[in-house]
Amino acid sequence: MSLAHLQRLEAEAIHIFREVAATASKPVMLYSIGKDSSVLLHLARKAFFPAKLPFPLLHVDTTWKFREMIDFRDRTAKELELDLIVHINPDGVEKNIGPISHGSSFHTHMMKTVALRQALDKYGFDAAFGGARRDEEKSRAKERIFSFRNAQHSWDPKNQRPEMWKTYNTRVAPGESMRVFPLSNWTELDIWQYILKEEIPIVPLYFAATRPVIQRDGMLIMRDDERMPLADGESVEERLVRFRTLGCYPLTGAIESDAATVPDIVREMLTARTSERQGRLIDKDEAGSMEKKKREGYF
Amino acid sequence: MNALAFAATSDALKEYLAEQEQKPLLRFITCGSVDDGKSTLIGRLLYDTKLIFDDQLEALERDSVRHGNAGDAIDFSLLLDGLEAEREQGITIDVAYRYFATSERRFIVADTPGHEEYTRNMATGASTADLAILLVDSRQGILQQTRRHAYIASLLGIRHIVLAVNKIDLVNYDETVFETIANDFRFFTLDFGFQTITAIPISARYGDNVTTASQNMPWYQGPSLLGHLETVPIADADLNRPFRLPVQLVIRPHLDFRGFAGQIAAGRVSVGDRIAVTKSGHTSTVRSIVTADGNLTSAAQGQAVTLVLDDEVDVSRGDLLAAAEDRPQLADQFMAHLVWFSSEPMMPGRSYVLRTEVDSVPATITALKYQVDINNFSHEASKSLHMNEIGVCNIATQSPIAFDSYKDNRTTGNFVLIDRFTNATVGAGMIDHPLRRATNIQWQALDINKEARAALKHQKPAVLWLTGYSGAGKSTIANTLEKLLHAQGKHTYVLDGDNVRHGLNRDLGFTAEDRVENIRRMAEVAKLMTQAGLIVIVSAISPFRSERLMARDLFDEGDFIEIFVDTPLSECTKRDPKGLYKKAMAGELQNFTGISSPYEEPENAEIHLRTVNHSPDELALRIAQYLAER
Repeated sequence: MSLAHLQRLEAEAIHIFREVAATASKPVMLYSIGKDSSVLLHLARKAFFPAKLPFPLLHVDTTWKFREMIDFRDRTAKELELDLIVHINPDGVEKNIGPISHGSSFHTHMMKTVALRQALDKYGFDAAFGGARRDEEKSRAKERIFSFRNAQHSWDPKNQRPEMWKTYNTRVAPGESMRVFPLSNWTELDIWQYILKEEIPIVPLYFAATRPVIQRDGMLIMRDDERMPLADGESVEERLVRFRTLGCYPLTGAIESDAATVPDIVREMLTARTSERQGRLIDKDEAGSMEKKKREGYF
Repeated sequence: MNALAFAATSDALKEYLAEQEQKPLLRFITCGSVDDGKSTLIGRLLYDTKLIFDDQLEALERDSVRHGNAGDAIDFSLLLDGLEAEREQGITIDVAYRYFATSERRFIVADTPGHEEYTRNMATGASTADLAILLVDSRQGILQQTRRHAYIASLLGIRHIVLAVNKIDLVNYDETVFETIANDFRFFTLDFGFQTITAIPISARYGDNVTTASQNMPWYQGPSLLGHLETVPIADADLNRPFRLPVQLVIRPHLDFRGFAGQIAAGRVSVGDRIAVTKSGHTSTVRSIVTADGNLTSAAQGQAVTLVLDDEVDVSRGDLLAAAEDRPQLADQFMAHLVWFSSEPMMPGRSYVLRTEVDSVPATITALKYQVDINNFSHEASKSLHMNEIGVCNIATQSPIAFDSYKDNRTTGNFVLIDRFTNATVGAGMIDHPLRRATNIQWQALDINKEARAALKHQKPAVLWLTGYSGAGKSTIANTLEKLLHAQGKHTYVLDGDNVRHGLNRDLGFTAEDRVENIRRMAEVAKLMTQAGLIVIVSAISPFRSERLMARDLFDEGDFIEIFVDTPLSECTKRDPKGLYKKAMAGELQNFTGISSPYEEPENAEIHLRTVNHSPDELALRIAQYLAER
């Protein structure tokens, strides 16, 4: 009897975690607080059981995350006794960079891409786990599980290392690094089914609740704090919504849904007709924008 | 999806999901020559099985107008070609992975590129696949890339082939065209070991025979492509093979726990089983099988587990735990099929890093037995492999590795080769069998060793390796140095590159391949001499870093002293003691270092001698001092 689907995905991810722990000199796990990060963390803890995680977690905080995300992050770190590093781009803070004043593209570049590069350089990490999946986006579908980055953190999509079997080439020169994606072969539905099966805690924003939202650029944006001014004609409405992905709150669209539990969400997923990226403003800025960001060092 | 009525309660939902989870998985690739319609076929498959989300379809329609090559219709290839360069050029450069399921099976499909230049990416996709859909353009028939991809698929252990004869609409759905191509294919793949070859006439663009039977080809009675993918029998042969666990890491949270973690590569294991540690040959018994979800009584191929053994045996990363009664090979020499990926050719004699799933060891190709000609699959003599070429070679590793032959186990029989300087993955190998010489020739243990011989001479053996351009002054310094050491009562010998070429290396020329072999032999001779207790002075241009590193690896730590005799090329050409530069610049000498062949300067030489404005005596003295302080 061969392995069931989720068992197979779990074993593959555990294998990847162990390869990195055994070969990298200073690994780190990128923790973005979303559902994929929750699954990633759960798998990492399984991979090294009964030992503790042999690497720290890194959260790159843009200062515009939902408040509930930050609460969840701090609670998780405390309960699981995680070694959590939080990095905020100090230049961005000094210049008061935000998605509303500077636009989503510049904000994301400074507070995510540049901030991530700063953090990786500061601590000298040579391997960083991320929760990206190939089903998320077309350029991700092309990326290796072990994705090599040069000393400038840039990805060269036309010249990726061959990745044969699961015999990974984990060698990097000083200054170079790997981004490693243990969830590469998972789909969004797999993630939810695994959360259901393993009872993995996630940020409550994924569950439907009545929330204050405004309609902007065809999306429902939740006004999470006073920093977001209302444009003329905009008004805050209370609506029953939830989030399919989480990011900076002014850039993340909610969906109308009454799915208030994980089984509800799985049911909703089984009939979904749109992809999860639909609710993300940053991917729509320009065609091929994900690939461009990745070449600049984005995750 | 009205099937959802089932899942009104959480329990019903869980039951439904558990059932879905048991669906078998088929991993397949699409391959074949460029423009045969690989990406279009997968796009069509996803579209017809309604697996494209509305927002993705909208984007696809927008894209088709901008980049598409399908006139007014939707260009399905744009669903897969996700890189900017791919969309601009209308080609596939790298593998794209897509995931979908039908009521029968789950699928992971890798869409691989057709260009010869990107063969490495095709191989990447093929290495994990169970089945390959090989596309052929009906108008073109079998092309060189069709042959190459069929051969690579066979080499990598794919046992099921679908020959998709595409664009059949463009030849008026002609049965004869289809039959001719199918027969040609069956004929040239007779010896490829495929278990099933299923030929299907299709039109990826219009959907004929993709998910449903085509009305346009009443003469075709076989299954549609999807129908075949849903039913082709896939055996899980690895489950019934002897137990193998490549050890990834040792988990040691505290003194009372020592577990060996890895993903089971074949067979099954139960508590109480006798297992062997391949590298040491020791045996032990499985005490427990540990996972985060509790201990298991048994585990099988594919599971990631941690084994605790009854005895304190020595096991570390790179070892292979195996069924005690059916053990893997342990050898430092073996024969393998090799696919070369790098634009730098493969050099027999050069040192590469050989990486198996969990082990990593320096290795050299000791002989390229033959190269495979992709056009007729004949064996041809060759001195090296260039990018995308395939050959059979003997490989020697610095220390023994544990493995099975690839035909018995795709996981424990594979390896990749890595360039030691750029860290690029330069080739991939499939092990055929160990070489007899490795298993039958044991090291003869000698009672008098290197230390004993050296003690008698009151010296510490070493090799002083002088590298630099022709005319840099290596031989002059070597000669001066030997006189100096001799006067101090040291036992020495100078191995001069030119002199060795009169005897031992008389058969070698100056091509890159021969230079590599030249250095290998000099290094081996120098090693024997240090074993004899001598201080060996090697004077050789030795232009490549890889070979100097290979030489260094032969010696004990600290015994190899690399000395860069640094004379600028302009100075060497001016000195030109043997008149060689003059000849080389006149085009009379091929492959002359510095003129028509590269010299790679040492990066971390123990001694760096700048010769300009320094006498040979002065420079030799510096080396002697280094030796004395050692």
